[in-house]
Amino acid sequence: MFNQFKAAAEAAGNTEVQRFGTNAEAFNFIEGFLKKEEIKDTPGSYAIWADAPILKGVDTTALAAKVPGLKFQVTRELSKNAKIGITQMEWGLANMGTLAQDSSAVEQRLASSLSWIHIALLPSDRIVADLPALMTKMHPGKSNYIALITGPSKTADIERVLAIGVHGPERLVIICVDELGGMN
Amino acid sequence: MKTALAQSIHKALKRQNLAGILDRWNYPATRAKAYEGVDIEALRNQIAEIKGSAAEHLEELAEKFKKSAEARGAKVFRANSPEAVKDYITNLCKEKGVKKIVKSKSMATEEIHLNQHLAEHGIQADETDLGEWIVQLAHQTPSHMVMPALHLTKEEVSDLFSEETHQQQPTDIQQLVKVARKELREKYFAADMGMSGANIAIAETGTLVICTNEGNARLVTTLPKIHVALVGLEKLVANYTDAAPIITALPKSATSQLITSYVSFITGPSPNTDGSMKELHIVLMDNKRTAMAKDPKFKEALQCIRCASCLNVCPVYRLVTGHVFGHIYTGGIGTILTAWFNEMETTGDIQGLCIGCGKCKEICPGKIDIPALILELRRRVASKEGLPFIQKTALSVINNRKLFHAMLRAASIAQKPFVKEGFIRHLPMFLSNLAEYRSLPTIAPVPFRDVFKKINQPKSKTKVSFFSGCAIEFVFPKIGAAIVKVLNKADMEVVFPEDQSCCGIPHWGSGSFDMAAAAAAHNIKPLLADDVKYVVVGCATCATALKKEWPQLLKDQNMDSLVPDAKKVAAKTIMFSELVNKLIEEKKLTPKDGLKLQSITYHDSCHAKRHVGIYKEPRAALTAAGYELKEMFECDTCCGMGGSYTVKQPEISMQMLKRKLKNIEDTGAEYVSAECPGCLIQIGGGLDKSGSKIKAKHPAELMEDKFK
Ligand code: SF4
Ligand code: SF4
Repeated sequence: MFNQFKAAAEAAGNTEVQRFGTNAEAFNFIEGFLKKEEIKDTPGSYAIWADAPILKGVDTTALAAKVPGLKFQVTRELSKNAKIGITQMEWGLANMGTLAQDSSAVEQRLASSLSWIHIALLPSDRIVADLPALMTKMHPGKSNYIALITGPSKTADIERVLAIGVHGPERLVIICVDELGGMN
Repeated sequence: MKTALAQSIHKALKRQNLAGILDRWNYPATRAKAYEGVDIEALRNQIAEIKGSAAEHLEELAEKFKKSAEARGAKVFRANSPEAVKDYITNLCKEKGVKKIVKSKSMATEEIHLNQHLAEHGIQADETDLGEWIVQLAHQTPSHMVMPALHLTKEEVSDLFSEETHQQQPTDIQQLVKVARKELREKYFAADMGMSGANIAIAETGTLVICTNEGNARLVTTLPKIHVALVGLEKLVANYTDAAPIITALPKSATSQLITSYVSFITGPSPNTDGSMKELHIVLMDNKRTAMAKDPKFKEALQCIRCASCLNVCPVYRLVTGHVFGHIYTGGIGTILTAWFNEMETTGDIQGLCIGCGKCKEICPGKIDIPALILELRRRVASKEGLPFIQKTALSVINNRKLFHAMLRAASIAQKPFVKEGFIRHLPMFLSNLAEYRSLPTIAPVPFRDVFKKINQPKSKTKVSFFSGCAIEFVFPKIGAAIVKVLNKADMEVVFPEDQSCCGIPHWGSGSFDMAAAAAAHNIKPLLADDVKYVVVGCATCATALKKEWPQLLKDQNMDSLVPDAKKVAAKTIMFSELVNKLIEEKKLTPKDGLKLQSITYHDSCHAKRHVGIYKEPRAALTAAGYELKEMFECDTCCGMGGSYTVKQPEISMQMLKRKLKNIEDTGAEYVSAECPGCLIQIGGGLDKSGSKIKAKHPAELMEDKFK
């Protein structure tokens, strides 16, 4: 399933899928990524990380201090000028490389819909076959705002030429983590 | 003087950037790729079933939706008329002090011209979908349902953006998109209200499903504190799981993508960025949808999921865009929706733009028979207003073969008569005064009925009757003679019922179903007079009438007593190439040994391919006879003849022909064949006029003398 998911997700363009065994490795990768992207605490250059199960037990204050430009407050104002937004998704769809999340908490949407790069964490064993399969897992009866995300924000509205990053991310980095397996 | 429609067609034909864009896209191929591994037919059936059943239960679903959504904290307002929608929204804006609105795509708001109305009340509504925003800045309407600004070039977009931002903007598309990002981001943050449509409204859960690629709907429904969704009743489906097939098909059909970048399921309000709860208002708009659902014919149009694939494949749309063909809702389906949502009469003009080629029907994920519904519109307008006098007289003439015969023979001798009198323009095909791209066909000196009498046929026990159709009778008697000759080789004796007349398709096509039924009634008895094994037809258009339309037509016109015989005719009717192929397979016809014949390319007439489903047979028969087949690009795209279309919409017809001729030339074949005299007149005339070496031939002409 993972391989199918990865292939489909990456086929959506400007999307890369990574996979790590442990949370620690994932954190490591993210730190390196943020460094490479030269994030810093100025408008347009910082990263915001929305509340996520992977952060449970993590000293976010220490982490923010260690990585300048990484913030764990996701506000309306901060999200407007964020370069990178990090969220944790709940499900993946193997056939289309789609991510799914209960985005009822507004921070989840702010962090994933305004930045230039969206980093999406995903428990590796939460990849289901397709949309009908997802529908048995997520239900509007329980979630007010279910969001499906596949690839970056894109348009072909001018002369049908593809352009990436219209209102939201122009890059999507999916990090599958085996250790996240059972969320919560 | 040209009519307003003719003028706008002329203008549109000069600007072919949209057609060029569609060409570069190569939609049929990319669509097929997106559907790889998906059982398209099963999916289409599912969607037609889900949406069809929703249309049957519109009222029930609307109430259920209201209840479910309200239980989750949304306010649901049911509005019958556009006015009620506008009042509700303006009052809400006044009450909440809303001055600025950001909108994600909603065709329903465009249908009722909501933006203008809000502007009159001092409320600024900005579109955020890139294409919609561009169209808004240009003060235009969408030219395409999915890609609304497809008709504009990047240079034009650059000019619009420069004007809007008061600074010179580049013409590079990537940079233009970034300009939009910057401008629109400020608008999202400043807006007091977000407005959206919905692709699906789920009654069971009170959920709105919104699909976008840009992500603008996510922002519109997240950043402002109030969210208003305007949803046409046709978006309703019963259950949560009903959404899956629609979400699966929509992006594949619309943009050849597996899925849109973003799909949001919104059920009741979610918290705002300041911790307060969002106000969610859902306006369920009727505006004739209920009436449509009650109409036995037009309820089918509610199965539309607005994917616009019917536009992408339409040979007429590509040439004239949605600005001419449709209004807000564009193309064939747009013509239908506009007729209902606006006024039936105002679309009278554009109803004539569909050539009836059936390309759209074949791929529509909602399985809507678009050309049939357009025809039904024409029929209703025709029966309400009556056909114009000349058209009516012309149609009655072709129903009377003897009179028609005499007139055409006179025309044939004088070589130009009715042309100038505006009369001939309404006859089904051959004589038009437009010879710019196409030579005029000549009326044969001797009509087929007289040619037939001189053919010496070997007697046989197996009799088949031959229905010639007007074109073979008057323009191509030699095709009829070739058909007789080939069938004689298979030990069949051909009878030609003298009383036969026009098949009725020209009347049918102009919405005059009563006259079409009269034509059917006139023909049935003569065709069944001898005890024939088959009724052979060499014209795909006539075949459609005999094989498919007559029984239904007679039934609809309350001529039930004739239906059983019409069905008998339908069961016996066979296209010439279909029969030859069968005879070859049954070894009743044997190709002469070792014939190595020329190369041919085959043009599928719309009627043959999509109405009676004959396209493999002629290829198989011609190849068996020894021809080398070289397929052309878009072999089943309409040549632009369309019966009387070529005379009614000459400019469009000629552009379609030009494209067809190029595709034919590109094959390098020596002949082009088609089993439809209309196509042969169009294509043959075009080839002749352009001085081509390629000849257009009917399969019968190519197969004459090729069998032992
Ligand atoms: S009519 Fe069919 S093809 Fe056209 S937009 Fe509607 S669903 Fe799509
Ligand atoms: S039948 Fe042909 S011409 Fe008419 S709307 Fe469909 S594709 Fe266009």
